[in-house]
Order: sequence, then structure tokens, then C-alpha cells
Amino acid sequence: MPHSYPALSAEQKKELSDIALRIVAPGKGILAADESVGSMAKRLSQIGVENTEENRRLYRQVLFSADDRVKKCIGGVIFFHETLYQKDDSGVPFVRTIQDKGIVVGIKVDKGVVPLAGTNGETTTQGLDGLSERCAQYKKDGADFAKWRCVLKISERTPSALAILENANVLARYASICQQNGIVPIVEPEILPDGDHDLKRCQYVTEKVLAAVYKALSDHHVYLEGTLLKPNMVTPGHACPIKYSPEEIAMATVTALRRTVPPAVPGVTFLSGGQSEEEASLNLNAINRCPLPRPWALTFSYGRALQASALNAWRGQQDNAGAATEEFIKRAEVNGLAAQGKYEGSGEDGGAAAQSLYIANHAY
Amino acid sequence: MAHRFPALTSEQKKELSEIAQRIVANGKGILAADESVGTMGNRLQRIKVENTEENRRQFREILFTVDNSINQSIGGVILFHETLYQKDSQGKLFRNILKEKGIVVGIKLDQGGAPLAGTNKETTIQGLDGLSERCAQYKKDGADFGKWRAVLRIDNQCPSNLAIQENANALARYASICQQNGLVPIVEPEVLPDGDHDMEHCQYVTEKVLAAVYKALNDHHVYLEGTLLKPNMVTAGHACTKKYMPEQVAMATVTALHRTVPAAVPGICFLSGGMSEEDATLNLNAINLCPLPKPWKLSFSYGRALQASALAAWGGKAANKKATQEAFMKRALANCQAAKGQYVHSGSSGAASTQSLFTACYSY
Repeated sequence: MPHSYPALSAEQKKELSDIALRIVAPGKGILAADESVGSMAKRLSQIGVENTEENRRLYRQVLFSADDRVKKCIGGVIFFHETLYQKDDSGVPFVRTIQDKGIVVGIKVDKGVVPLAGTNGETTTQGLDGLSERCAQYKKDGADFAKWRCVLKISERTPSALAILENANVLARYASICQQNGIVPIVEPEILPDGDHDLKRCQYVTEKVLAAVYKALSDHHVYLEGTLLKPNMVTPGHACPIKYSPEEIAMATVTALRRTVPPAVPGVTFLSGGQSEEEASLNLNAINRCPLPRPWALTFSYGRALQASALNAWRGQQDNAGAATEEFIKRAEVNGLAAQGKYEGSGEDGGAAAQSLYIANHAY
Repeated sequence: MAHRFPALTSEQKKELSEIAQRIVANGKGILAADESVGTMGNRLQRIKVENTEENRRQFREILFTVDNSINQSIGGVILFHETLYQKDSQGKLFRNILKEKGIVVGIKLDQGGAPLAGTNKETTIQGLDGLSERCAQYKKDGADFGKWRAVLRIDNQCPSNLAIQENANALARYASICQQNGLVPIVEPEVLPDGDHDMEHCQYVTEKVLAAVYKALNDHHVYLEGTLLKPNMVTAGHACTKKYMPEQVAMATVTALHRTVPAAVPGICFLSGGMSEEDATLNLNAINLCPLPKPWKLSFSYGRALQASALAAWGGKAANKKATQEAFMKRALANCQAAKGQYVHSGSSGAASTQSLFTACYSY
């Protein structure tokens, strides 16, 4: 083995580590507002709004005009490329508004999934070409972190060894390039909840995927203290007939992470997948009350689970903007509490009852 | 990916997890008394004692018959095959003496190195043949944990990818087989201190080796909560001219571990390599005072660093039994304190003076 060729200087490492810690400071999580034009089309059509650049700008304005209450629960916002260069009605760039609240600005940098030939409908993610130059530009334009989403799915023969290896590798290349440009990479290996598999199967697959991801990150000399992980929670498939409590989901999730995510990683920011707003909060709360030792911050990076009510309240009407913003602030505050295990829930009888529902971890 | 086929039942996992935790509870560590016949020959020759089975038995008897309070600092003892079946002078089996003190009995399972052709004198470890049957027998005969030492070295082109992959794989096979037979595997991937490389290079190599080990353990479906790790501390090579303080060794060591060892591993018991008794204790203490997050117990599995003074005090003479036991007890207590970060040796002003010597972790 040749001598190591340090990928980053001490100053670069410190900058990356400080950014990551700011994003996942206690009680804070991420607003994933990086829906692509295509994804926004789906969201807007559900509320009968036309998918124009102006409507997308107006909608993001609803979110970003939230008052100082979000300062204590939002540590970072992920932007889509278009949004990074948009301004509010008074001409103030969105990036500035977010930064002025002390929130870190992030940018989605992947370019979507492409098929892996010879597999059962599996994919990898593209976006590596010219990534370094794009990162350098985004850094100048105010972004301090990035996000790249890989997708895996569970079925009879998937995820295959190729899908796991290829996605882990592409995530590691992306992470390495980001760090070279002063950008903290959020590593997102999402295992879709589609299917009828049970909780145990999802846990097993999640452990295999995360082990491969961290091996690839090590192989690519990525500085773990300057990264964040955005995984799925461990849940049953959508079509699974068995129902599980938030405590079971929490125990399975934390067990999987404890077996695969090195303590050097400062924070794990869960995606919400198809979960409802309340489910996503209850599960995050249970995760933060799980009795197993957890050396990383466990918080949120939610898209739909932070925006569903806001979107619905807005419905494209400027008169509804204030009410819509309130809906967003409400979910942000709830998730800020859940990230500390302090959310009492709507109708939940509180900590004591929930605690007894945790099954001993050796069952997982 | 095929459906998972659970390697262990919940009961098996519970048993393994409890054994592992007992060994490292409350600052306890391991006495590595598993020197092979050849290695004991080296030790005995230094004190001019003949290497006979009786002499080996006598020395081990003196160690194992110390006062019961030894069980406050020693949680486990690793035995060599011969010793597992030896008795004290009253005919009582050593393994029963240890068990009655509440100490867990372990057994060395590997069968020495074998060369890897085409490498720069690198090796892998033998011992997998018939290992399952041997483990089953040892379990019946009172052992609850196993130990297997893989060896890597730093040199020109070393450790090579082949050496790392092969040793990681053999360790994972051994660990899997142990667990099937109710034995907790101690996983020992020793990176030798021979050479003139600096501490930074040792850290780099240790990180690569440990990443490979944990990927292999994951691939082989090993239950991490039912294992222990026995790594080298991160130090400069013996022939390196640069000198490092215990706090630097500690920071480099804990940094390497927290980038590679999942939190699910209950304990890390360092080997002492060629360190003096006092250095092994000082370094362990500094490690436990290191300000980085440390989700595993950080303890000791020392051979020479627990026995050197005892051997010298014994000199092969039964009349020296008390002095021998005192020497051993003293080191055991010192290391137990070090495993809690509470060791104060003469001349040091305690934790406060050491704390200021830690360099911020991002430099590592």
C-alpha cells in the first residue's frame, strides 16, 4: 500500500466538519425543497396549480418567508438548481434570505436515475460529468452542502450485488468531488418502501446497503466527519399486511445504523419516503427515544413530510400564503422536537407508554 | 438479493451479546495468557527458566490463583489449548478456578501464519479446517470466547490489497463459525509496529484494514453485538525517529476507530504489541480521556504488558509466588483504572494536565 496522499488539508477538513455540525445542531434538521421540475409537476397538479417557473417561485417563497421560529429547527435547506438563482417578490435572492436566518444552503447535484442493463429494473444515478466545476460554482453562489440520491428496491432478487456496488461507488465518487470543493456531501442510498416485504427484510437489506456505502466511502478516501447520511428508516413495505409500532421501526432502524454507520459521521438525516407528516414525526421521535446508544445526531431531511399541509393550504392562492407558511412552521417545529425525542404527538399518551413497547435489540 | 437466512436465533444472539458485555464491563479487560509453546519458550528463556510443560503450568497457576478481587479488573482470560486442560497443584482445573472467580474463559483458535505467494513476505492465518468441531468441544470444556490473530505489516507495497482482503475474509469466517458454536469471537487484525513509518501512516493503514474487516464481517453475516475487536493502537513504527505523546497516540487511535468500527461492537480491547507495561497503561488511559465520541468500551487485552514484571519476579522459583502475584495484580488494577480514564501514575498531575495536549481532531 503506497503512502497516503491526503485528499484534504486540515483547514478543508475543519470547514467541512463545521458545516456538517451546523446543519445537524441539536433540534435542527433539513427542509428538502429540491424537487425537480418534474417532481414539482406532480405536487402542483395535486392542488390544481399549473407547473410554471413563477408558480414554483411563489411556492418556494411561501416556505422561505417563514419567520425566525424556523431558526431553531431548520439547519439546512436543499435547493434545486433553478431555485438557487430565484428571488422573492422584493428582489432578495432566496439564498440570501435563508443564509440570513443562519440556515445552511444546499444544492441537489445528481441528474436522475438511469437503468442498469441486465438487472430487474434497477438503476444507478448520473451526474458525475463536470461535477467538480459545478460544485465550485455552487460554492461561489452560496451552497455549502449538496445532495445526491441513489435508489434501490426490494424484490425477490433485488437489490442485486451489482446495484448495491454501483450505487455505493457512484455515491462515493460524488462525495469525494464535493469535499474537494468545500461542499459537504449528503449521501442518500434510498431503499424504496415499495413491496410486501416485512420489517426484518428491510433491515437486512438496509444493513447490506449501508455496509457497502461505507466501504466505498473508505475506499474513496472520503472524510466521514464532513459528510451526512440520508437513509430510509427501516420500515415494512407499503403492501406488507403486518403493522408495526413506531418503537419497532425505531429499534430496527437504530440497530441497522449501529451495525454499519461509523460514529465519525456527525448526523443521520432521514428521508420521509411515502410517510405522512405525522407518521414521519412519530417515527423520528421514537428513534430519538430508542434505548440503544446512538453516537450520531438523528434528525430529518423531509420533503413531503414538511410540505404536504403547506402545499394544501396554499393551493396557488396568494391570499393563502400566510396560512400556508404557518403550516410549514408547525411541521418544522414538531420535527425539531422529534429530533430530540421530545414530541408528545397528537393523541399519544407520552413517553412512558411508548418506552415499554421497545423490544430487546437482540431480536433484530 | 436472496431473502435473508438468519445465521443466529434471538437466544443465540442474547447469549453472545451478554458474554461480550461481561468481559468488558466496568473497566475490565483481558489477560492474554495464550502464548503458544514456542512463544512461552521466548518468555521463559529471558528469565532463564526451562520451557517445560510443568514450568508453564506453574507460572499460569500463580497468575490464576491470585486473590478473587482480580475479577474487578480482569473480565476474561485467553488460554492456549494446553492450558485449558491443566490443573493446579490440588488437581483443580484452571478453567474452573477462573470461572469461580467470575472470569470468562477464552481460547486461542488460530493455528499460525502461512505465506501469501506473490507478496512481499505477507501472510494469512490458518485454522479454519475442522474449526466448528473444535469450537463445539471448547464450548463444552468451558470456553465462552475465542481469539484469532491476523497479522499485517507496513513496508514497501505492504499491506497489499490481497493481504488485507485475505486476512479480513479469514477473520470473518472464523467469527462466523465461533458464533455458530456459542463462542464470542475476538477479532484481531494486528498491524505490526515494525518499521520506521510515522504515526500518520499507521493511522491510514489501520483505517483501511479496519474498513475491510468490518465489510467482511458484514458480508459473512456476523452479529457485531456478539464480537469484540482487538486492534493495535495507532503508533509510529519502532524505528521511527519522531516521538509522540500518549495524547497523540490516543487521538490518532480513537479517530481511526470512530471512522471504521460500528457502534454495535460492545468493546475494543487493545493489544500491547511491544509496548512496556507503563506505556500500555498510559496510552490506554489517554485513549479513555480522548474527547471524541467513544460508543464502545475501550479496554485492554494484554499479554506482555500484564505479565512482564510478574515473570521477572517469579524467576521460576515457587518461593516468589507472592511477589509474582503482587506484580500481576498491580498491572491489572492499573489497566482497569486506565480503561476508565482514571489512571494517575507517579509524576503526573492527572487528567487535567493530559487534556490540554489533545490536538483538535480534524488534523487527523
